[in-house]
Amino acid sequence: MTARDSADILVVGTGFGGAITAYHLAAGGAKVVMLERGPWVASDEFDHDFLLGSSYTRIFDFVVGDGMSVLGGNCVGGGSVVYFAAMPRVPGFVFERRGSLGRRMWPASITRDTLEPWYDRVAESLPITRQDWNDVTYSGGLFAAACAHAGRTANPAPAAIDRDRCTNCNWMMSGCRFDAKRSLLLNYLPAAVAHGAEIRPLHEVQRLSRTPDGYRVHYTHIDGDDYRVTAGEGTIDAKIVVLAAGAGATPVILQRSAAELGTLPPAVGRYFSGNGERLNTAVFDEDRVREVLGLHHPGGAYAASQVGKGPCVTSWDRLDGTLPEFERFTLEQLYFPPGFGTILAQIPGAGGEPTWFGPEKKEMLRRWQSWLTIFTMSEDDNEGVFGPPPPTGNAVRISQQMLGRGSLRYDPTPNTLRGWAAADAEVKDILERDGLATVEPWTNDLVGAYTVHPLASCRIGDDPATSALDDRHELRGHPGIFVTDGSAVPGALTVNPAFTIAALAERAVPGIVRAAQDHGVAVGYGAPAPDGVTSARRAATPLVRDMVGGG
Amino acid sequence: METESPTGAAGRTPTLEAFADTIVPGEKRGPDDRAVAGAAPGPGAVAAGAIALLEMPATGIADALDDYAAALDRHAREHADRRGLDLDGSVPPFVALPFAERTAVVRALTAPDHPEKDLWVLLALFSNMAFDTAAHMHTTEAVEQGHPGLVALGFAPPDDDGLWRFPRFSYRRELASVHPDTDATGSLT
Repeated sequence: MTARDSADILVVGTGFGGAITAYHLAAGGAKVVMLERGPWVASDEFDHDFLLGSSYTRIFDFVVGDGMSVLGGNCVGGGSVVYFAAMPRVPGFVFERRGSLGRRMWPASITRDTLEPWYDRVAESLPITRQDWNDVTYSGGLFAAACAHAGRTANPAPAAIDRDRCTNCNWMMSGCRFDAKRSLLLNYLPAAVAHGAEIRPLHEVQRLSRTPDGYRVHYTHIDGDDYRVTAGEGTIDAKIVVLAAGAGATPVILQRSAAELGTLPPAVGRYFSGNGERLNTAVFDEDRVREVLGLHHPGGAYAASQVGKGPCVTSWDRLDGTLPEFERFTLEQLYFPPGFGTILAQIPGAGGEPTWFGPEKKEMLRRWQSWLTIFTMSEDDNEGVFGPPPPTGNAVRISQQMLGRGSLRYDPTPNTLRGWAAADAEVKDILERDGLATVEPWTNDLVGAYTVHPLASCRIGDDPATSALDDRHELRGHPGIFVTDGSAVPGALTVNPAFTIAALAERAVPGIVRAAQDHGVAVGYGAPAPDGVTSARRAATPLVRDMVGGG
Repeated sequence: METESPTGAAGRTPTLEAFADTIVPGEKRGPDDRAVAGAAPGPGAVAAGAIALLEMPATGIADALDDYAAALDRHAREHADRRGLDLDGSVPPFVALPFAERTAVVRALTAPDHPEKDLWVLLALFSNMAFDTAAHMHTTEAVEQGHPGLVALGFAPPDDDGLWRFPRFSYRRELASVHPDTDATGSLT
């Protein structure tokens, strides 16, 4: 039995790209339905628990590909529920990147300056705040002190975290139990619902087809405990479809739709970027931390890897626009819980084999509280390509939750490898100085490279050959289909991308409103921030006059 | 993957234990322990509950464990043949291998060019998780019971309500100069 329904606008996914567009469209008067493949988990269901089946396996999606594995959100709120809430704006030079194409990757209409008002709208809505040294955890402080000792700068990271509520429990990858992390569950999504938007969790969109006046979205209903099991299917007809299923899923949905939609732009499922991400683990000598850096607290010199709230300190010395492309990167102190954060870590200085298991690795684990994980975000070469789609979803699911095998292939080019090598060398230079620590990058041999920030698999641009979307985020040749998630970002950003994905979604809304109006939907643009604040709206309004309301 | 091994779960267990023990090695549980090689002091993945974790339906491989054990023993026998090693026939072939040879087999099976790599990496990941996260137990209970992996990591206990809070978390002082191009929002220009 197939359920049938309709809406003005159907939004696929409830992360930044989906929640922001859904809020504005619902507030503007459209009937909006959002489909989310994952569960809708409330704050008091966010467990401090590693047990399989607790919130951290329910709300995550870990898809292993060939040469690249992708960690993403899988719940109402998407990436915002599982992310670390580090929210820097992208430095200006990134918008001028050319990659290997020999032309600007970003649309000419987008620069840091033109994106600034949209960043401001997001900053006001979540909100995002600049942190100070009193917010910086022991691990962040250790990284900052090591950077300073090596003659580098280090910044407290801007974050969407309510410091008064945060307990520094470091369980934020399982969802924030204390509502300190400003996920979309606390702003855009409840505001969208208040304006009549409907969120349907455990609905996995498989493909789109055409109707006389729009599109039909085909979904399956996913079992709430075993995501390999489906329980029924249905369709929803809509005049406008906003795809925001994440960069690991949006291109797969489109690939599966190609037979019915007709020829897709060649860039769908190509030019995937892992945001140039790479991880290093340092194991610190507590005595040297005290002697060389002069750090100590009531529990020791450092010995506090478990304490904190993800990344707090970031080093931006190599975000220098005068350096050659592919050699610019952020180094950010990070926390991954045991499991995710321990298995791929290699034994520093072992030299021999094996590097990631065995007696020496066990000894390394005994020093886990003295670990510091450093996260590189560099400029990769958009070398990821999606193969033929799996039968359903974005992966062949292996475990009941979280783990699957996908079709992404990623063979890092010499450009990407050069950036990673430069970043690894910089991490070593900073952290091994004067015997502070021993450092080794994570192995790429087991699950390939590893990204928590998939991007660019269905990107905006000015060149139809290399961008699937125009600069209004509309799928070329398929009017009424918009893509507003990380797949729309043209390439690696050298910083955490959530803020930019969100700002681009804010920027895309006026164009979607205009398209909906053209399709006969009674909808306007101009909602304030989800809590009613209007200052950022006032700044952005002049920018949309040409985009909405004229016709 | 519903193949039933002639020996059943009890027969496969020593082989799977020997695999988990190669990933996170531990001390022998007693003088007659053959599966655990005794290659490292203190409890390892087996004592941490690797078999209990592998047998959870949530992993998605519980129904394939007989096949895993049979395949691992086949690889062990082939490895022994190549190396000219005599195996004690009273235990499964992988269990009969000395620790260094078990390690060599696991390295080969998880190497990037091995055709079965995905399967063996998966088994290694779950073996690791039994030690690093006790993913077969509620973490509060694992901490309370002194789970050997969480103890080895020095994983701090929760508050009385089962939630973690760290009221002391910061050195609370400026520890570096910020980048000169930092703007008012805290980002780079």
